[in-house]
Amino acid sequence: MHRRTMIALLAGSALGAARLAAETPAEIRISAKKFEFHPNRVTVKAGQPVMLVLTSEDRIHGFKMPDLGVRTDIVPGQETRVALLPTKPGSFTFFCDVFCGGGHEDMDGTLIVAA
Amino acid sequence: MLQSDRRDFLKLTGLAGVAFTAGLFPNQRARAQANDFHFVQFSDTHWGYSGPANPDAEHTLEKAVATVNGLARQPDFIVFTGDLTHTTDDAKQRRERMKRFREIVSALTVKDVRFMPGEHDASLDKGEAYKEFFGATHYTFDHKGVHFIALDNVSDPAAKLGDEQLAWLAADLKQRKTDDRIVVMTHRPLFDLQPSWDWTTADGAKAIELLMPYSNVVVFYGHIHQEHHHMTGHIAHHAANSLIFALPAPGSQPKRAPLAYDAAMPGKGLGTRDVTMTDKVTLVELPVTRS
Repeated sequence: MHRRTMIALLAGSALGAARLAAETPAEIRISAKKFEFHPNRVTVKAGQPVMLVLTSEDRIHGFKMPDLGVRTDIVPGQETRVALLPTKPGSFTFFCDVFCGGGHEDMDGTLIVAA
Repeated sequence: MLQSDRRDFLKLTGLAGVAFTAGLFPNQRARAQANDFHFVQFSDTHWGYSGPANPDAEHTLEKAVATVNGLARQPDFIVFTGDLTHTTDDAKQRRERMKRFREIVSALTVKDVRFMPGEHDASLDKGEAYKEFFGATHYTFDHKGVHFIALDNVSDPAAKLGDEQLAWLAADLKQRKTDDRIVVMTHRPLFDLQPSWDWTTADGAKAIELLMPYSNVVVFYGHIHQEHHHMTGHIAHHAANSLIFALPAPGSQPKRAPLAYDAAMPGKGLGTRDVTMTDKVTLVELPVTRS
């Protein structure tokens, strides 16, 4: 709510619009279902704020990206939002860390942070 | 304080494979000598698995049982550190796999057998079926002066021990003297072995913190399908081979996919482990089949 309010205030002026363009995170939606993430390969730019919007189509999954210190549950019927500011270029694995069945070990993806 | 030391590695030949010795119980030689014993660790049998990583999956466990039954000196007891069965969404099939697994291991000559769950057994139903067949998922027992603690880090699908079990562990440890001999058994590594492969326990560090005041602690676990040795301070952690397929060394490749089956060497990378407890712990890796 606070974030939305701040965005609305900033959007009310030319200066605000410019700052909004600079600061609004790139929204990336990732859905989860047994046993895959979609998309499972995401590219962002280093230094660009990112908002991951995570949803589940079937059951509780986990979303863990140890290299960037991210860990959350993804609960069906809810949007889980994770703000990131990746600064270091590279490829970072994310995966489900809530055991969900026979293909659980293969449920992963890659975040590519481009220079 | 003696610690596990790579220099203590002993290479043996023949059936024994490779032995690992570590100073486990320093200054307790006299106390331990009268009560020296050994046990066998099975892990990650994954009964019910079918796939190219082990075309002999229907027989591997039976062969390992026969090999252990053939040991000249039978162990005092046998432990299974989880993933007794391969996971299935079908609750009925899960129970059928557990039933058949139990039938196969009932052929073990040694009848004192202790089980622990892995995530394949317990994570989809929070251990419900497992408990029906094998009882409690965490417990303690004592054997010849050694206190054994079985921890459950899989019934919670998020790989947590949980506050309740940690409180139970703390209460149990309060009854021990700081130089008591303690063996912890569990499925997943309690430490962060390879977080990017989820080879960790979410709150395992809390268990290690509780164990740290105790000077004679060793941990046996499974999950990673390979022999592996690691120290957290003075506490040694020993992972066991699987009986279904081997997994790559931690972080050695992008994904933790099973290693390819080698038809020329069936059983490669698989096996059980004999653990001899004296003032040291000596691990001898046993192959699936005697050759």
